[in-house]
Amino acid sequence: MKNRVTYQLDISASTSNLSEVRNFIGLHAGKNGFSEKQIDEIRLAVDEAVTNIIKHAYKNDESKTIDILLIFTPKKLCVKLTDDGKNFKLDTYERPDLEKQIKQKKRGGMGVYLIHSLMDDVSYTRDNGKNKMEMCKNRNS
Amino acid sequence: MKNFSVKHRTQSGFSILDLHGELDAHTASQLEDALKDLINQNRSEIIVNCSNLEYIASAGLGVFMAYIEDVRSDGGDIKLTNMNDKVYNVFDLLGFPTLYDILDDESDAINNFSNR
Repeated sequence: MKNRVTYQLDISASTSNLSEVRNFIGLHAGKNGFSEKQIDEIRLAVDEAVTNIIKHAYKNDESKTIDILLIFTPKKLCVKLTDDGKNFKLDTYERPDLEKQIKQKKRGGMGVYLIHSLMDDVSYTRDNGKNKMEMCKNRNS
Repeated sequence: MKNFSVKHRTQSGFSILDLHGELDAHTASQLEDALKDLINQNRSEIIVNCSNLEYIASAGLGVFMAYIEDVRSDGGDIKLTNMNDKVYNVFDLLGFPTLYDILDDESDAINNFSNR
């Protein structure tokens, strides 16, 4: 295999595109040698991240775009998500206190926790008015 | 979207929701509407059969979190059954099995409700 293979998908910021994102991940991660379990994990992590961008960075504004870039190397897959929406914080990722949330009828906070649980490295940067999120999965994880 | 559907049926007097397909931030509202309908009809003993549920994201889990307290305060419960391993793993990662009845088969849920 080549040292570095990339694939790109740009979607409008609508949750109706989440299934396309999952299919895109599944297709390329499968072709590039990831196991079914790893693919399931990557797919869920990216779904959660894209959902957060749609809801929190873009507030469901479907005219906005999310760029998704997959970078496969011999050791890992890195997924880079770029949006030019509002800066939003995703730096807390403790396991949600389910019992408390149920009592208060609160949802949320679960996506971020899942992303950090399912991927090996997750980072966020804010650059030139854009949110850039990168999350990587090692082939041997 | 055709990648998710929820159907309601009644079995031994209990309300059963059959989930098909992929439950994500786009399709979660369909489940939410179905649960709200049941609760509005004062149906509080609810079984959610997940045998044809192929995928779940946290937005789907959020729906179960939002309504469990309502049905339990009415003396009922939402019991989840027939999950495949992949879907169960997501519930498990977030600690759902200690707070929700997740059962192998729909008949187990019916027995649990009947034998109370």
